Amino acid sequence: MPGAISPALAQAAGAAPALLDVSLRINGTEHRLSLDPRTTLLDALREHLHLTGSKKGCGLGQCGACTVLMDGMRVKACLSLAALAQGREIKTIEGLAQGDELHPLQASFIERDAFQCGYCTSGQIMAGVACISEGHAGSPQDIREWMSGNLCRCGAYDHIVAAIQDAAAVSSSTQGG
Amino acid sequence: MTAALIGKSVSRVDGRLKVTGAATYAAEFEVPNLAHAAVVRSIVANGRLASIDTAEAERAPGVIALVTHRNAPKLAYQPHKGLPDAAVGERLHVLQDDRVTHQGQPIALVVAETLEQAVYAAEVVRVTYRNEAAATDVAAVDPVLPTGKPAEWEIRRGEADSAFEQAEFRVDQTYVIPRENHNPIEMFATIASWEGDSLTLWDKTQWVHNVAEEIAAVFGIAAENVRVISPFVGGAFGSGLRCWPHVTLAALGARVDGRPVKLVLSRREMYYGVGYRPHTVQRVALGASRDGQLQAIRHEGHQETSTYEEFTEALLSATRFLHACPNVHTRHRIAPMHVHTPTYMRAPGEASGIYALESAMDELAVALSMDPVDLRLRNEPDRDEFKDLPFSSRSTKECYRAAAERFGWSQRTAEPRSMRDGRLLIGWGMASATYPMNYAPASALARLLPDGTAEVMSAASDMGPGTWTSMTQVAADTLGLPVERVKFTLGDTRLPRAPVHGGSMTMASVGSAVQAACRKAREDALARAGSNDLEEAMERLGQVIEATADVAPGDETKRFSMHAFGAVFVEVAVDPDLGETRVRRIVGAYGAGRVVNPKIARSQCIGGMIGGIGMALMEHSVVDPRNGRVTNANLAEYAVPVHADAPPVMDVIFVDEHDPHVNPLGVKGLGEIALVGVAPAIANAIFHATGKRVRELPITPDKLL
Repeated sequence: MPGAISPALAQAAGAAPALLDVSLRINGTEHRLSLDPRTTLLDALREHLHLTGSKKGCGLGQCGACTVLMDGMRVKACLSLAALAQGREIKTIEGLAQGDELHPLQASFIERDAFQCGYCTSGQIMAGVACISEGHAGSPQDIREWMSGNLCRCGAYDHIVAAIQDAAAVSSSTQGG
Repeated sequence: MTAALIGKSVSRVDGRLKVTGAATYAAEFEVPNLAHAAVVRSIVANGRLASIDTAEAERAPGVIALVTHRNAPKLAYQPHKGLPDAAVGERLHVLQDDRVTHQGQPIALVVAETLEQAVYAAEVVRVTYRNEAAATDVAAVDPVLPTGKPAEWEIRRGEADSAFEQAEFRVDQTYVIPRENHNPIEMFATIASWEGDSLTLWDKTQWVHNVAEEIAAVFGIAAENVRVISPFVGGAFGSGLRCWPHVTLAALGARVDGRPVKLVLSRREMYYGVGYRPHTVQRVALGASRDGQLQAIRHEGHQETSTYEEFTEALLSATRFLHACPNVHTRHRIAPMHVHTPTYMRAPGEASGIYALESAMDELAVALSMDPVDLRLRNEPDRDEFKDLPFSSRSTKECYRAAAERFGWSQRTAEPRSMRDGRLLIGWGMASATYPMNYAPASALARLLPDGTAEVMSAASDMGPGTWTSMTQVAADTLGLPVERVKFTLGDTRLPRAPVHGGSMTMASVGSAVQAACRKAREDALARAGSNDLEEAMERLGQVIEATADVAPGDETKRFSMHAFGAVFVEVAVDPDLGETRVRRIVGAYGAGRVVNPKIARSQCIGGMIGGIGMALMEHSVVDPRNGRVTNANLAEYAVPVHADAPPVMDVIFVDEHDPHVNPLGVKGLGEIALVGVAPAIANAIFHATGKRVRELPITPDKLL
């Protein structure tokens, strides 16, 4: 049963927090995990599911590299406990492309050279997808303001803004028919 | 033959991997049976460990091993100095005795089944200390000359003291740069796995071979038995040049528990476990005649270092040749303290030294009532007056002209506070930039396959500048193949040796090696097949053709002074009521030789500009002077530029420069010079906006009110 404590493991762990059975729906696939209740969503993705596209840059919600979408909203996976993500629809960078076809924002990131080292890129793209869907990509100023929770130490901001503008234009033209 | 690829804006060949999350960084390799490590660190700056109570931690669930100096294996720590290591002193030994020399020193290592268990157990290790007096306030430490010949640290040309006294116009000021941390977004991580006496390390590093050699020396094994794998590096900016103690800890943990171990530093540990740009105090005295001719430059500086290593960087080098001046005196000193050793951070030496020099030049221009560009043009040297050598090429004048024109500098009114936008004060400032051309021995291997594709490899690194892409371009260009047919590989000690990925030397060094190996392989294939077309030749040969090449600089350093040069122009808006500075525009022009890929070169340059904005306005690792603790060791309180801080206008100009002397590719490197000059240009613009000269970075609002 989801959320139930496994008695055998609880006993073995002594005073330790017992393991929780957690079911996570990620990129459309259900994953059943037995997790230490302290496990963050980010560590569940990276250490337990080997979905390492979501990055850890601080573990404190300060850099945005771990940004994923939860029910369409951007959240910092390092500040979300995995157990509390049960029942939510989680989308990570690995689930953004449709097969071989990149999401327009992924394509524009390459075209605009919107990264250098690539480590903040997953978070920038997931936050950028949300930024566009929230309607916060109307102008470069808007994008700068609404993307400021995602740090890029290589300093690719200028190109990230251009990439989001490009993808926002694609998205509005498809929505407009 | 395909069209020339060097000089083309090719999109990154590793772009798809990076935008899909498929690029694998150090902590992300899947290694079976992996255990997780966490480090217990000292909370005093000097003293001895009085007691370590590990009982509760050892009982904690999941703990496999707990290593302290009491039970750690004695490590060999054989002598080894890599190029990025401090020339004088001995690296930190971990868990070998009870001595504590700085805050954050590793004093215990926990290995557990899961990350959560390791972190928890590390928190319940109880430590007491016998505190000793610690030198942790840089202002209270008397600087000394580094070990070695005094003539290396104190350099004179002419008679600077008397020339300064006699000069009609004088500036004599002190400039301070606080400690800064690189803060790459990827935290340092190592996975260590032993098989007998052979060790594999998946590591975040700017130099795989150096890690192998350092760890081999630490453990007393042969370097060939250490394989280091590092295909992607999530930013480093110099922090990954050295092999830091956490790599030893990961290998030690794996040795003790007999399982592969992963150790990832926390963001807080990034302020203690790797080096930083040191706190730097500089005094610059400039003397000039009424017509703006420099007559004297005195530039002295000192920087914090640890008690166990003497860190030094090229703080004062540029002062000796950037501007023409007959009388120059530079003196470099260090302030040993109970801190961990600093290290090179993007444009090490030049970024700090040129901040002071170019700020003083601006003050001199003000004193002379002279345009700051004119002042520099009047002191443009026709040769390197320090080395007494001609420059291999020097495009400073073209950089000033191109950047000034693009910026619209002629519209500037000289008087401070004379330019406004509504209630905001507008300031325009500029500074010069330079960074040495570095070219080091490098090797590469090219393998041509019968299907008309090629594999090219070198143990280089790519922390973001685009090594994957630019080397693919050089290889494809040399072979005459399309980019898609060339596969370049890097980041593994099993590949031919490359130099350290730093000092802006990768393109010059690895690029030249790749070019040479591809040229050899191509010529060999064409000769054997008696053909002029490589694809046809390979099909006819039906076998693999391989060539390796080793390149190394010749005697050109004896004949030429070789540097990249640049100019940075900045517009700031300062809120007179809030003291907040916003950078509105940056225009940078660079004479850096050949540009292999303008698209990713621009990324490197705007990245340097953003780094310079951080240096000028935000970055400051605040060290508590009482105990050496960094009080803002996280990314919320250590401010770095965010999206909203990026100037709406960022303009990068590469002036046309052909330099046949520097290296076979004719490149000078861009990574460092992109940061140099930005901070002084901003500081100078802030003076122009406000009339207030702030000589201590970062220029935060409180300093402008």
